[in-house]
Amino acid sequence: MLQLFQKKRMWRKSPLKRHYDVIIVGAGVHGLATAYYLGKLGITNVAVLDKGYIGGGASARSTAILRANYLTSQGIPFFRESLKLYGDLAQELDYNMLFTRSGRFDLGHTESAVFGLRMRSQFNQMHGVDSRLIGPDEIKKLIPVLDIRQGKHLPVMAALYHPPGGVIRHDAVVWGYARGADRMGTEIHPFTEVIGIKKNDNKIIGVETTHGFISAGSVVSATAGWSSTVAALADVNLPIVTHPLQAFVTEPLKPYIDATISSANLHVYAYQTDRGEVVIGGGVNHYPSYSQRSTLDMLETLSGHVLELLPALRDVNVMRQWAGLCDMTPDYAPIMGKVDGLDDFFISCGWGTWGFKAAPIAGKCMAEMIFTGRVPELIQPFSLSRFREGKLVNERASAPAGAIH
Amino acid sequence: MAFLLNCPNCGERNVGEFRFGGELKVRPEPNSSRDAWTDYIYFHRNVAGDQSEWWYHSFGCRKWMVALRNTVTNEVKDVLFPEDVS
Ligand SMILES: Cc1cc2nc3c(=O)[nH]c(=O)nc-3n(C[C@H](O)[C@H](O)[C@H](O)COP(=O)(O)OP(=O)(O)OC[C@H]3O[C@@H](n4cnc5c(N)ncnc54)[C@H](O)[C@@H]3O)c2cc1C
Repeated sequence: MLQLFQKKRMWRKSPLKRHYDVIIVGAGVHGLATAYYLGKLGITNVAVLDKGYIGGGASARSTAILRANYLTSQGIPFFRESLKLYGDLAQELDYNMLFTRSGRFDLGHTESAVFGLRMRSQFNQMHGVDSRLIGPDEIKKLIPVLDIRQGKHLPVMAALYHPPGGVIRHDAVVWGYARGADRMGTEIHPFTEVIGIKKNDNKIIGVETTHGFISAGSVVSATAGWSSTVAALADVNLPIVTHPLQAFVTEPLKPYIDATISSANLHVYAYQTDRGEVVIGGGVNHYPSYSQRSTLDMLETLSGHVLELLPALRDVNVMRQWAGLCDMTPDYAPIMGKVDGLDDFFISCGWGTWGFKAAPIAGKCMAEMIFTGRVPELIQPFSLSRFREGKLVNERASAPAGAIH
Repeated sequence: MAFLLNCPNCGERNVGEFRFGGELKVRPEPNSSRDAWTDYIYFHRNVAGDQSEWWYHSFGCRKWMVALRNTVTNEVKDVLFPEDVS
């Protein structure tokens, strides 16, 4: 009985050692997933360091929409495998993640948008992803509260319907991976900032932190919006620009909409959480910044646009608005792998506005790469060297609310 | 956080009137190596701190300008026409 009132720690607090086989910088969903899958391969002399609290970066601010209805032959299989892993993750980590497959609808309001969605449906099906184009009547049947705007400006002409897509509880994913890694012996050290990276010629030998120097066999940077600042410590520039992304929630309502909707033409997406709040988001701020403060103009624009689709939200109050940092790449695709000319330094970044859904497969592939020294086929297209080789991925379907018009 | 830019032509205006044009870099010579051009086009310093950067006043005087901005606080310290940048 007393046990009920005892606080159980989800992960241990341990003193920082002076050496680890692997140091992972960044305890967001990507750093922790990498640590977890490294643990499963038997590598547990590992420390995950974060300058703030666990999962306090973009992972804490994510709207955590999961889907695999991407555009490119590189992106679709990658995100498909991630969605598969997410399907079993609650079991795998013995942690309730509240994954709700409410279905994802990408709305098209113009001929060219519908063309883009049709193309995606074909490519999705080719790669075994459940995704198809549906017309306004079927959309209205599946989402009765949606204004399909017949006879108005920007009518809903079609939707890319992706039934296995949905929403997961972002904190639970982060904590589940953290606890899973901790149970295998991996250490997690919040409030430990990396302020220097030490090299011996071209080999990384450790990191300078706010708690002293720690040597490491390998160093992984999984620092999303801060990736450029961490890479700069190793004198590396990245093809990344940091932009804030914002979202907000309304007060809780009765069950109202059971779908995740997104409109590239209106630059807005929305869904209702298990608690009844309607989550509304859109595209990144049009200027780069490391400021995590939200803006009134974004709240105004997103509100205006969401009302075009869900007019019943008219008099509903907004409860919270927030911003997180996104590491945007020029081709809307991630970067995973080694940095040419540097030994034992790995990066996982370019997660932009789309990275939460990729964490399981990215963590698994990163762990495999660190363990075997070989790059898994699934992530070969996402190397940093693609920018030098002119092999950009052009994953336009990952932009917030979809960038295909 | 939104902020104002002090356009040398129009005065203090909301950032929403401007288009961001990237961090200030030295443009390679036309016949420079592919690597030099790749660096120029794709790779950035993306600093957290003071950054010199291009802005275009698209909903104003439609002139290009260079601002010095702290990217962490969004404090804009200076906005100049390119010809006035030392
Ligand atoms: C508002 C918003 C909505 C989003 N919605 C979605 C969505 O619906 N679906 C989706 O798939 N993706 C979404 N994303 C994107 C997704 O959240 C991110 O891509 C993902 O969370 C990135 O995870 P990460 O672990 O790489 O980075 P983060 O969670 O940002 O973790 C990086 C960590 O590194 C730490 N760090 C930085 N510098 C240092 C240092 N020098 N030393 C030590 N630690 C350091 C930071 O403190 C931080 O905790 C959204 C993002 C935002 C902001």
